Amino acid sequence: MKIKQISIFLENTAGRIADVTRILKNGEVNLRAIMIADTADFGILRIITDDSDKALNVLKEAKFTTRTTDVLAVSIKDSVGALHDVLSLFEKNSVNIEYLYASLEKTGDRAVIIFKVEDAERGMKLIEDNGLNTIDTF
Amino acid sequence: MILNPEYECMNTESLRVLQFARLKNLLERVYDNVPFYRQKIDEKGITVADIRSLQDIAKLPFTTKDDLRQTYPYGLLAVPQSEIVEIHMSSGTTGIPVVNAYTKSDMDQWTEGMGRTLAAAGATRNDTIQNAYGYGLFTGGLGVHYGTQRVGATVIPVSSGNTEKQLMLMRDFKSTIFTCTPSYAMYMAEQAAEMGIDVKSLPVKAGCFGAEPWSENMRKEIEKAWNIKAYDIYGLTEITGPGVAFECEAQHGMHFNEDMWYPEIIDPVTGEPLPDGEKGELVITTILKEGTPLIRYRTRDITYIIPEKCSCGRTTRRIHRLFGRTDDLLIIRGVNVFPSQIEHALIEIQGVQPNYVILVDRSQKTHLDEVELHVEVNAEQFSDETKGMEALRGKIESVLKSKLGIAVKVKLVEPMSIERSIGKAKRVIDKRKI
Repeated sequence: MKIKQISIFLENTAGRIADVTRILKNGEVNLRAIMIADTADFGILRIITDDSDKALNVLKEAKFTTRTTDVLAVSIKDSVGALHDVLSLFEKNSVNIEYLYASLEKTGDRAVIIFKVEDAERGMKLIEDNGLNTIDTF
Repeated sequence: MILNPEYECMNTESLRVLQFARLKNLLERVYDNVPFYRQKIDEKGITVADIRSLQDIAKLPFTTKDDLRQTYPYGLLAVPQSEIVEIHMSSGTTGIPVVNAYTKSDMDQWTEGMGRTLAAAGATRNDTIQNAYGYGLFTGGLGVHYGTQRVGATVIPVSSGNTEKQLMLMRDFKSTIFTCTPSYAMYMAEQAAEMGIDVKSLPVKAGCFGAEPWSENMRKEIEKAWNIKAYDIYGLTEITGPGVAFECEAQHGMHFNEDMWYPEIIDPVTGEPLPDGEKGELVITTILKEGTPLIRYRTRDITYIIPEKCSCGRTTRRIHRLFGRTDDLLIIRGVNVFPSQIEHALIEIQGVQPNYVILVDRSQKTHLDEVELHVEVNAEQFSDETKGMEALRGKIESVLKSKLGIAVKVKLVEPMSIERSIGKAKRVIDKRKI
């Protein structure tokens, strides 16, 4: 399954990320993954929450510019080379990765990695055909 | 030196008689040949015969920049097109240029006006004038060029830019006078210092600077950096180009070539004429022009007329260094920019009414104007990736560069981060200290 990631446009000013977390806190939304891409002038904060509809609502109410993107949350074994194996699989099959980051989720010996790939459908199929799991809910 | 004492030092009474005769002649010409003016005069309920003195000029209708755009390209022509020998224009807010079409006589007036300007800065046939104004449709380059021919000086038509070459030519050809925007004069001095050249050692003795607002303070800085006299000059494409008014050695206000271009100061709100000495909007009537003559053209420039006699001997009235504008026109590095031009470009790119603010400042280091545009990002354009956002920023920058002809630094900002105001939005923050 693909999951919904929320991206938020932020200016590089002090306290802006805290503004986002405050809004999520007040909306009782729990963060499952967070990552920021930044340039000199602005940043794009990407988050995965336990309730993306609710998160979107509270952020829009606060006038943030947001966008939702489909990403893959792949559950992999927390061991040496496990991530490399997934990346090799993508590479062999020419699935382009635009970015990836680790989620806060960790159950037992497994870690969850978030992938933004060019073609989410194809990426997901590839993962599932190769005996790996995607997560659809946190 | 006074180039043409007959007109520049004419006694005031004779000058007024001459101006009135020229005004009457102009009115007859435009009434007969320009339907636009015939209609305007008819609508005022007056006839040319009702203008019985120079003061009666206040009964005549104004001409605005908008009128010029609406009559683009040849709507204000007062002579057959075969009489036109040259065209110049400046960019307008909507992309429709403002045109000036010159007959042979108009070219002669322009040359005369610019000749007087250069002569007042000390130019003679023994001088070498390096002209660093841009050549082309812009009147700066060619206007100065024609003036150099009138005084018989040697002209180096180097045009704008290429500082290294400017300095080389100055040194090798011993330029004694140079012309450019005041900010470029400052920039050149600093670039020279970085290259290890002391501009004070160059043979330059004077500079004629205009086409953008500058201050008395900046004059002092230029004069100190170059060890020259820096003269303020005034002109605009619609009227003729540079050469409308100029400073003499007294450097106290610019002598208006009022035998060719008649100045008035009006209250910009009521349109009522103001007496000499009172600050208001400069209005000019081109009393001698043939091609595209203008009646009471509203320049939007704010100044006042200095009526006192000048120590130089010229009797023409002077206008004070410009105080600013009545509209939101920004003059950036000599280029006219209306905030609405930026808005149009943003609408084209974003497809919606943009929220933006324009910040203008003059760099402490280079003394050149710098423009930064803050644009709020809307949800439609927000990309999840930084490269997408950088591409949007780059696109806005390149569109503005091609539309405005100046470099604008674009910064993407969050929605609602630009201050909202009730009524007219504050679109420009001009931090330049002029």
